[in-house]
Amino acid sequence: MTETLDRPAFTPKDLETDQEVRWCPGCGDYSILKQVQRVIPELGLKREDIVFISGIGCSSRFPYYMETFGMHSIHGRATTIASGLKASRPELSVWIVTGDGDSLSIGGNHFIHLLRRNFDVNVLLFNNQIYGLTKGQYSPTSEQGKLTKSTPLGSLDHPFNPLALCLGADSTFIARTMDRDPKHMQDVLKAAHLHKGTSLVEIYQNCNVFNDGAFFTFSDKETKKQNGLFVEEGNPMVFGEGDALGIRLDGFKPQVVSLSDGFSPDDLWIHDPTDRGKAGILTRLFDDPASERAMPRPFGVFYRESRPTYEDQLQAQINDSLSRSGKGDLNKLLRGRETWVID
Amino acid sequence: MSATLTKAQEVTILFAGDSGDGIQLTGNQFTTTNALFGNDVSTFPNFPAEIRAPQGTLAGVSGFQVHFGSIEIFTPGDMCDTLVVMNAAALKANLGKLKKGGTIIANSDGFDPKNMRLAKYADDAAPLTDGTLAGYRLISVDVTRLTRECLKDSGFGTRETDRTRNMFVLGLILWMYDRDLSATLKFIADKFAKSPAVAEANVKVLNAGYAFGETIEANATRVSVGRANMPAGEYRSIMGNQATALGLVAAAQMSGLPVFYGSYPITPASDILHDLSKYKNHGITTYQAEDEIAAIGAAIGASFGGHLGVTASSGPGIALKGEAIGLALMLEMPLVIVNVQRGGPSTGLPTKTEQADLFQAMFGRNGEAPVAVVAACTPSDCFHMVLEACRIAVEHMMPVFFLSDGYIANSAEPWRFPKAENLPAIKPRFATADDLEDGRYMPYRRNADLARKWAVPGTAGLEHRIGGIEKEDITGNISYDPANHQHMVNTRAARVEKVADHIGRQTTEEGPETGDLLILGWGSTYGAIKAAVRELRGQGHAVSHAHLRYINPMPKNLGELMHGFKHVLIPEMNTGQLSFIIRGKYLIPAIGLNKVMGIPFSKDEIRDKALEILG
Repeated sequence: MTETLDRPAFTPKDLETDQEVRWCPGCGDYSILKQVQRVIPELGLKREDIVFISGIGCSSRFPYYMETFGMHSIHGRATTIASGLKASRPELSVWIVTGDGDSLSIGGNHFIHLLRRNFDVNVLLFNNQIYGLTKGQYSPTSEQGKLTKSTPLGSLDHPFNPLALCLGADSTFIARTMDRDPKHMQDVLKAAHLHKGTSLVEIYQNCNVFNDGAFFTFSDKETKKQNGLFVEEGNPMVFGEGDALGIRLDGFKPQVVSLSDGFSPDDLWIHDPTDRGKAGILTRLFDDPASERAMPRPFGVFYRESRPTYEDQLQAQINDSLSRSGKGDLNKLLRGRETWVID
Repeated sequence: MSATLTKAQEVTILFAGDSGDGIQLTGNQFTTTNALFGNDVSTFPNFPAEIRAPQGTLAGVSGFQVHFGSIEIFTPGDMCDTLVVMNAAALKANLGKLKKGGTIIANSDGFDPKNMRLAKYADDAAPLTDGTLAGYRLISVDVTRLTRECLKDSGFGTRETDRTRNMFVLGLILWMYDRDLSATLKFIADKFAKSPAVAEANVKVLNAGYAFGETIEANATRVSVGRANMPAGEYRSIMGNQATALGLVAAAQMSGLPVFYGSYPITPASDILHDLSKYKNHGITTYQAEDEIAAIGAAIGASFGGHLGVTASSGPGIALKGEAIGLALMLEMPLVIVNVQRGGPSTGLPTKTEQADLFQAMFGRNGEAPVAVVAACTPSDCFHMVLEACRIAVEHMMPVFFLSDGYIANSAEPWRFPKAENLPAIKPRFATADDLEDGRYMPYRRNADLARKWAVPGTAGLEHRIGGIEKEDITGNISYDPANHQHMVNTRAARVEKVADHIGRQTTEEGPETGDLLILGWGSTYGAIKAAVRELRGQGHAVSHAHLRYINPMPKNLGELMHGFKHVLIPEMNTGQLSFIIRGKYLIPAIGLNKVMGIPFSKDEIRDKALEILG
């Protein structure tokens, strides 16, 4: 079924389609599209082996703008379609593009099951904490008390903490990045691709029309250092102007300490993305940045573990069945266990 | 004194007892014996929705009806000749199904005060002794005591011993119907190959039941049913769900495509999943999804990848799949949706049969969303029609409904199974780099049947996007253009109509293509209609039987065929869904015969309605 043509390696330009990109001017989606188009040619994939599958929402228009195979499916179900595709065609590079409403609200059930099954796919979760395509209702990640068209007195729902949810569903790779930090996003996307298993990347994405500035505190020059915590494997967790602050663990309790106050980097929490317990603590650094004594919000790869993928296990069962019973004989199957002859 | 042996053309027996009494096994084993002997047979199991309903109660009664004969058998039988009851509740629940003068074999131990109370008999009732069954031939046997007697030296406890009681009953019934024990002895040897002591105990009790027949004197008439005159060939027994699973395996082979079966467990469709999960070496992948929507989503994903996606459920699950079926329709992607119908609406009657999901299959989606619909009429026909559904899905690039129901799913009949080399080929049309136009792939370029090609990921140069949003024909680009939407709606409808060019004409099952009355059926009403029409024609009535296996589109000559009759009668286990469609499509005043009781039509119900119309 797969034909191989000798074609030169492709460039980011080759991943652009002839379709007009129809996101609102200034939308954070543009940056994500650009970083994805920049990273993918560096991954050593054949373009025809790449598939983007999306659900419904602003983010889900993404496949139309990628010159790869793509499907823009139905609300919340991209994860199910990607699962069936990966189960039957494990050699393909499958990317799911979804939003906070698509994955965590209408598609919540499929989302957690995708993670526990651990198909080797990449999930790009565009989180803008609002419903954009339906014009501005609150989403499952909106902060409580959100004033929107559907909640003039403020929303009542307690929001999801997406990465804590993913870790709870036994995700094997979770990371957070944001639209306004292209370099960071590129690094995270590469790490996601390299992980064998479901790679979940939460991308903070600005909706400049309905929820403008939701994450600026993590990207603006004046506040970024104070409110963002950029974790890297093997490095101590430092943040703040001049990396003057750090996080140390007092048992399971993270504490902000000042490096000019008697603490050295050796006292700090060293990031180990293979430590599940500590990853749990990291996902819980989820304070409202505006609140007093808020802990900084982490970005980067929180956690990764190696666990067999669904499709590899499935293939092993098929191979085992073939080696034990041989290729099925239809005539034998049709005869069944007992027959009789009428003359 | 030994009983007399009489001959009969056909016999119907109903086995009834608690879910845990081994009724289904007894019935199946008796059926196998008769089939191997050369009878035509038809069976109908009837069980409660609860896995272990309260013992001894009316709600817990499980039944297995078998109709066998030396003549052609089309149904599991209307009224039974012999009723085998393991307890009082089984008698109370089923006495109405026994012919006047029929035989009752009753396990007298199941009529003790506790069982009588559970069956809600009056305090002073004693049906086995008070003469209320005087109109029947009653054979009261203390099966429990005799079984325990038989195994008293075996070292088995009471519990294990009582578990073999069904073998006593089976032995007795095999004696009554003049069958030998060889098939059952072989079955016991196979089933208990790993526990010889259990096998020996079962054989002992089986023999005891058979020998017991000799002692019950002339009260029981032994009945012998000769071999049926069936077409020569090799046969096996088949149930509808088994046949559906085999049909999907055949589709994999005949198309050269791996089949991906995405499903979520639901009665009465789950057995298809169970069967298919064993066929991994036949190119079948089964995927138990987290819910009905994920099941169809995964099947669509597999189809996108170039495998044949299949999903199956019953009515409530199909309701959940509606949006995704619409997506497959817009994608113009092969997909087979199996609906093993059960009583509805909502949870309805999970273990009972109904044909009330026809409208759901035809219309149960948003927008103008026509899909092809085919339906099986007998257990073995499930094989052929699900294979047809796969052929249409692949060759026409569209979602196709395959309708079965709880009745044929669990009923069994002899099947002169086909040879793989005689099955029809299924020809997928995959796009290649040769299909590029000026370097670009046009995903919605169509052939004469308006089918597009299957362009699967991994094929260089064919990168393209598809989705549920309305698209421009040929290019597949998103389009909100008014004229294009009209064109695409018309095209999707025309695509379904084009299927009619490849399905042959509608013929009659019985009788010529003109006459006074055409009885038009679909699905599992086949046997009852056929039997009724045989009888009516035997009495000289100008009645014919046609059975629709293709419901959307219908065969092109169907209107013409119906116009050849003065009246058209449509029996359905719903309130008139096919009638509604036929009247709307052909403006023919079709008469409905409708029943929604969770049980199939009897031959008599159809015959009587036909006689009423014929005047």
